[in-house]
Amino acid sequence: MAEETVIVEEKKEVKEREPLFSKKNKKLITDPLDENNPVTIQVLGICSALAVTVQMKAAVVMSISVLFVLLMANISVSLMRNLIPNRIRIIVQLVVVASLVIIVDQVLKAYLYDVSKELSVFVGLIITNCIIMGRLEAFALGNKVWPSTLDALGNSIGYAMVLVVVSFFKELFGSGKLFGIEIFGNATEGTGLYAMGYMDNGLMLLPPSSLILVAIYIWVQKMRNPTLIETH
Amino acid sequence: MAVNKDSNAYTITFAIILVIIVGGLLAFISNGLKPLQDKNLKNEKKQYILNCLPGNKLISRDQAGTEFANYVKERVILNYNGEQLENTFMNSDQSLDDKNPNDAFSIDLLKEYKTISKKEDRNYPLFICEVKGEKYYVAPVMGKGLWAAVWGYIALDENGEKIAGAVFDHKSETPGLGAEISQDFFEDQFIGKLISSESGYKAIEVNKPGSPLNDYQVDGISGGTFTSVGVEEMMERTLSVYQKYIKNLNRS
Repeated sequence: MAEETVIVEEKKEVKEREPLFSKKNKKLITDPLDENNPVTIQVLGICSALAVTVQMKAAVVMSISVLFVLLMANISVSLMRNLIPNRIRIIVQLVVVASLVIIVDQVLKAYLYDVSKELSVFVGLIITNCIIMGRLEAFALGNKVWPSTLDALGNSIGYAMVLVVVSFFKELFGSGKLFGIEIFGNATEGTGLYAMGYMDNGLMLLPPSSLILVAIYIWVQKMRNPTLIETH
Repeated sequence: MAVNKDSNAYTITFAIILVIIVGGLLAFISNGLKPLQDKNLKNEKKQYILNCLPGNKLISRDQAGTEFANYVKERVILNYNGEQLENTFMNSDQSLDDKNPNDAFSIDLLKEYKTISKKEDRNYPLFICEVKGEKYYVAPVMGKGLWAAVWGYIALDENGEKIAGAVFDHKSETPGLGAEISQDFFEDQFIGKLISSESGYKAIEVNKPGSPLNDYQVDGISGGTFTSVGVEEMMERTLSVYQKYIKNLNRS
């Protein structure tokens, strides 16, 4: 009897040892923002970062969609992690992600019709976003629900940061607007900066400019944090 | 109770249960949201038709849903020769029915454009509208841009000779380039342009921007050449049909 109570107490201690926002757990959120950013360091999810960054609004909605999908997928895979048969785990992950993406797509079509028109196929392509499958396979399958939740939040915010920064420059210099609001004046009427002969940079509207901007982002990031520089 | 997670039976059972749960969930959600999605699509179509009428540019999608019957008085389906198809003439007292193939509102132009290769075999729906006592004919057009479909709705005056308004939209043209066709500055150029000359039907030309324009020409989008060409092509192909119908109607 006495021995048993001791064991129970020990177990309690073990549980209490890890608070919700322990150092380790905090790192799960902050790491993907900078040192282990899914886009700039792991170079995952680049395709959508190139495609949906022409307008900030689309980039923000895309980020929110990815956040929702990754969060729900990480949680559900983490809940099932002890049940999922090892041999079909990738298929199971795919089914979970695919159905979440369909839900997002359907909800957008019903409630945010204009945004869904703008994002068109890219919502469906969240399925192929490597960040999501990467986090499921690398993290959620081997960790408890709470850390998986934090991991999903961290990674999707890290992804969102890059998208928002890239789309900021693309929309500003590509069409002189931010969130659709004219910043540099009206190009067709020739007001504001355009009256002085300023012209929008057409390249900024095309996918290649995202590559350049993402590269500059990585450059700045590595300049600020020299430990990230790889030495071969 | 130890379950062997590596056994085939476990794997198959797990897969079946997962698929049933996920399938059921998706079917439930899809069914629940279907009415809202259909309403969006229908209202969008109504919005296009109302937006191209003069002075109606700002009607929102929800407004279009309720105000449609106030503007669109009659609707009809034509064949390629500009002749009215039997039983397709309807007025605003008959409510829109997108299941009825005789209802002009039910015609899915994109589907017809993709599946019916000969333009002679396609249906040509026409919406006859009234704004402040003036009669306008709204003709839908459908074509292809650089990446996917582009479409528009063109309002013609009561003689079928002059464009009174136009709206264009697209599925996935390049933002900032081809996608600009859905902007006001492009659409508004069409107002007042003619599609009729002394020798009969004359198509609108979408030119390179910057060149001087006559009554049959508008500026295209620089950097959006393919999309501009698509706009020109779909209008040229379709508007002659409607003009034939309107001219015959006015003659009789």
